[in-house]
Amino acid sequence: MDSIGVLMPIHMNSYLEQELQKRFNVFKLWTFPNKTLFLKEHSSSIRAIVGNAAAGADAETIEALPNLEIVSSFSVGIDKVDLNKCREKGIRVTNTPDVLTDDVADLAIGLILAVLRRLCEGDRYVRSGKWKKGDYKLNTKFTGKRVGIIGMGRIGKAVAKRAEAFSCPISYYTRSEKGDLEYKYYPSVVELASNCDILVVACPLIEETRHIINREVIDALGQKGVLINIGRGPHVDEPELVKALVEGRLGGAGLDVYENEPEVPEELFGLENVVLLPHVGSGTVETRTAMADLVINNLEAHFLKKPLLTPVV
Amino acid sequence: MEGNPGHLHQESHVYSSQDLPQVLVLEPPPILKHYSGYFSDKFDLLKAWESSLPLNQFLATHARSARALLSPGRYPLTADILQLLPSLKLIVTTSVGLNHIDLPECRRRGIAIADAGNVYNADVADLAVGLLIDVWRKISGADGYVRRGLWATNGGFPLGSKLGGKRVGIVGLGSIGLEVAKRLEVFGCEILYNSRKKKPFVSYPYYSNVCDLASEADVLIICCGLSDQTRNMINKPVMKALGKKGVIVNVGRGRIINEKELVQFLVEGEIGGAGLDVFENEPLVPQELFTLQNVVLSPHMAMFTPESLWSICEVLVGNLENFFSNKPLISQVMDV
Repeated sequence: MDSIGVLMPIHMNSYLEQELQKRFNVFKLWTFPNKTLFLKEHSSSIRAIVGNAAAGADAETIEALPNLEIVSSFSVGIDKVDLNKCREKGIRVTNTPDVLTDDVADLAIGLILAVLRRLCEGDRYVRSGKWKKGDYKLNTKFTGKRVGIIGMGRIGKAVAKRAEAFSCPISYYTRSEKGDLEYKYYPSVVELASNCDILVVACPLIEETRHIINREVIDALGQKGVLINIGRGPHVDEPELVKALVEGRLGGAGLDVYENEPEVPEELFGLENVVLLPHVGSGTVETRTAMADLVINNLEAHFLKKPLLTPVV
Repeated sequence: MEGNPGHLHQESHVYSSQDLPQVLVLEPPPILKHYSGYFSDKFDLLKAWESSLPLNQFLATHARSARALLSPGRYPLTADILQLLPSLKLIVTTSVGLNHIDLPECRRRGIAIADAGNVYNADVADLAVGLLIDVWRKISGADGYVRRGLWATNGGFPLGSKLGGKRVGIVGLGSIGLEVAKRLEVFGCEILYNSRKKKPFVSYPYYSNVCDLASEADVLIICCGLSDQTRNMINKPVMKALGKKGVIVNVGRGRIINEKELVQFLVEGEIGGAGLDVFENEPLVPQELFTLQNVVLSPHMAMFTPESLWSICEVLVGNLENFFSNKPLISQVMDV
């Protein structure tokens, strides 16, 4: 298989790259100074793309690769892959569900605790020597707070299960009510936001969920409400969020994703009711290894004409 | 009793002629900072720290008839102090730890002790879990990285460590320890514990020796109180048994850990990390920890939420009111 060309648009994981290089002819796009020249020379050898949350396969890229057969994403969210184009051309698409569910849900709770209990601020308070001058201020209890979740897929359910261990009443919004869930359903995000203390974004990014967190929702969540985004940056109207936080209209936010990663609005850097993470939802050694193995296994299955393990298309 | 008002001219702000029952307070508790009205409505607070007299003199002059004392849990209530309080019959403490009180002396004098009961177990457990997730997933570190603009310039942040499948060793499976266990189980952690005695009705594996627990665990979460048995309990042999990837989270008391040895082990990379809310000499924290990336430091704020402070107020006021009306205490500590 080592003549099969696999394109990686950006650097994502050393273990993954190593394992891919053992099996395939890997083209690391970021090492080529000129993308157009690269495509001219190598486009016909590329039969697979390994993308991730930041870079996938848009229509232009797909059109430029006449022999592309499969896009295997090193992520569960595949908003950066043009699925319609893939379907049209019979290109297979795989992602990495399940293996990262726990990590992302763990991080959601970690973000909630970090924001409410001021973990990062407290740590800075001690390191700066300020504790010698006086106690830190009060923070906010987590146990028993109402948690609202947008999206009740694997990740949403895992977040709910964890929050329940903290005696949090759970409510949710999805396109339609899920009969098998025992949590309270709200038919709109605004209603959900009005009835919870902590709102967690855990749905896929599609056309309909772009800016699902808008001014109205932020206002409904309110001065004591906290927004946790472990979905995708474009789920949130970022300028509105920043304004609300700076103006004190929103109680706090824990963000792992942003509209233009790795850019993070600098107005947030001075706020103590905000925790900012660099898209590390699945960022553990164990999980990234499992994700890489799943990408490799999907690619091998495809080229050996066996069933794909985690197909999306 | 309190003496001639004329003599106490400079001290008049601490002497009061109100009919409210008198409660002695040696040092300002956080609950008074936030909820003083609730107390001053019901009790005449004798605030030792507001006097310019040295404490012993203040007590000898003003506190001889004080029957109740409100303790925030830091100032040591030694036999010497208690000797200056001949009328004292009740100590209400905001902490659940009693290591600051000379218990045998209280027993001898028949001084009852009431603590804060279970009101802030959830908050302490939440902080313990938060510190653990922070250490393993590097939350504080990553937040600082983003705020310094390094994500855009330097790229990815180092990977953390998954919670699921990790073995959590709880040191002290009391009310707080049980709350921690209940939470971490749902994250897929395996719970093990050490306590003075094995707990009936608990299915988690029990280790009678902290060192044995440490060799089986990936993290030790200290949830026990400070006593003669637990002082410096977490020392070199325990940390060696825990190993280079092991993590320690402490929401108990600083002196349960041999802090000097902990710092040495962290600096030398002999253990994997720590999340600490308590220290040997608060608010002093060993400076060597300030440059470490695998450590999360917290300014003893495990129960610093309005909900917990308010609940503590209610319990303490309830105990004091009952005491002054000769009713049974709400949260008397029995096995002193």
